[in-house]
Amino acid sequence: MTTSSNKKFKLVFGSWWLAWALLHYAVLKNYGLNDMQAFADSFISNISLVGCSWLIFNNMRYYLPRQEKYWYVLAISFGLSSIWIIQTRILLWAFFRNDEVYMRLLTNSSTVRFGIAFLMLGCMATMCLLWFTQKEQKEMDERKMETENLAKEAELFKLRQQLQPHFLFNSLNSISALIGSQPEQARKMIYQLSDFLRGTLKKEEQQLVNLEEELEYLELYLDIEKVRFGHRLSTIINCEENCRQMKLPSLLLQPVVENAIKFGLYDTTDDITIRISATANNNYLEVVVENPFDPETSSPKKGTGFGLSSVQRRLYLLFARNDLLETKSDNNLFITKVKIPQLI
Amino acid sequence: MKALIIDDEPLARSIIKEYLQHFPQIELAQECNDGFEGVKAIHQHQPDIIFLDIQMPKINGFEMLELIDNPPATIFTTAFDEYAIKAFESHAVDYLLKPFSKERFDKAIQKWLGQSATAILKNNTQSLLEAVAQSPAQSQRIVVKTGGKIKIIPVEEIHYLEASDDYVKIHTKEGHFLKNKTMSHFEQLLDANIFTRTHRSYMVNIQQITRMEPYEKESYMVVLKSGAQVPVSKTGYAKLKLVLGL
Repeated sequence: MTTSSNKKFKLVFGSWWLAWALLHYAVLKNYGLNDMQAFADSFISNISLVGCSWLIFNNMRYYLPRQEKYWYVLAISFGLSSIWIIQTRILLWAFFRNDEVYMRLLTNSSTVRFGIAFLMLGCMATMCLLWFTQKEQKEMDERKMETENLAKEAELFKLRQQLQPHFLFNSLNSISALIGSQPEQARKMIYQLSDFLRGTLKKEEQQLVNLEEELEYLELYLDIEKVRFGHRLSTIINCEENCRQMKLPSLLLQPVVENAIKFGLYDTTDDITIRISATANNNYLEVVVENPFDPETSSPKKGTGFGLSSVQRRLYLLFARNDLLETKSDNNLFITKVKIPQLI
Repeated sequence: MKALIIDDEPLARSIIKEYLQHFPQIELAQECNDGFEGVKAIHQHQPDIIFLDIQMPKINGFEMLELIDNPPATIFTTAFDEYAIKAFESHAVDYLLKPFSKERFDKAIQKWLGQSATAILKNNTQSLLEAVAQSPAQSQRIVVKTGGKIKIIPVEEIHYLEASDDYVKIHTKEGHFLKNKTMSHFEQLLDANIFTRTHRSYMVNIQQITRMEPYEKESYMVVLKSGAQVPVSKTGYAKLKLVLGL
């Protein structure tokens, strides 16, 4: 509830009860009670009734019945009305026990009083129930919308990541250079680049693919880098036979290998080897990517940045676990290990 | 006239080499794989023009130029670097976006040939370097020359900076290095949450501070993990208090 609507609600609530109390007073006056008695009766009855309503309101605020809500409304109004009738009677008796006429009227009107209280509290409970249910629904919708927005943003960010303008333009530049000297090689690279780009466009986030497919795709990427950097890059891919058909989320390994290229190839001057190995281990597919790096100039701990944290995030969203990605650096070697649970 | 190509991709070099064949007056002195080779080759050949890639291992093209006292005319080549392109445009230095056509390349050469008599190009390069010094990559590390070697200092390894005539002394655990820049340059470059100017002539890495002691009237002294003592002026004290959340 916002503060302004809260204020308004209190105002309406207060006026409603004031009107009701006045009516109560007027009715008793008509029956011939004096001012003092009519006022006291109206005041005590209605203040207690307001108290009961407030009780219902707060009860519903913190506990909203899920099952049997209509029985709950009935029971709570019935119970509170009973307590209310006993309580007002005791209070009024304490004040006016010596006035026989009044006491008779009080006894005679008990049923009517109970009926009115039951009706009022029933209305109050129903209103509260609807109000809080609707509020809860609204909050849930907002939460859902927020989650959806976040997912969309992540998706967009991922797309931006994948397009990697830098990689694309440099590859095109290499093709341009090859066209003059080695047109066949240039043509081949155009096909590789096209297949790679098509891959980044068509894959869906949730889709599971075979390791074999994912590795083919990575090889495509690595082959393009090999053309760009010539002999400087070599790769070793070891994949156990029984892993080939194991499943993993599509493009999950791409950022891991990109990260390896970023620190291993883009930021070093020597010949380097990137090693990818896949093994099956108790219902898990384990993929290890190793790349050299220069601890003097790059700190992969910090620089892993978005690349690896997006992998971490995806693994969490898919498997609700945070322990599936491990990294460590050993001398000049940076090792990233991804474990993918195999759902049977 | 002598030219150098500095680019870490062999194919990127080969296309420039190919385009250069149409200018017999320009002799290609050497091709360099990275910025380190570039620095050496520039000293050795004193080229009239260099073709310089920006993204290269360890030190980028701009950082390489900073290490050269009198940089030659430069045509930058880059595939994609938003920051650099903005800087090029505002400083009218010629640059080639990869992949570039022969026509575009010829135009750059013609422009340079037309201009090389004047010193305009060089001045532009200087102001360009000032501008790109604040690009994100450059605020992560500082490249200095020490003896004949090039040293890359990650900013988190800096203990403190000290002004020293026209230079700034960069103090690290391996001793100090000189960089031909001003204190205000570093004040702009470095993350203000980590480096605080405690004094007209000092800037300190707050992660290195172990304690602060009063020193003379109205001034203080911070003691670093290394044991070094750095003066803190009155205004510096106020800044430091703010950064440390005291």
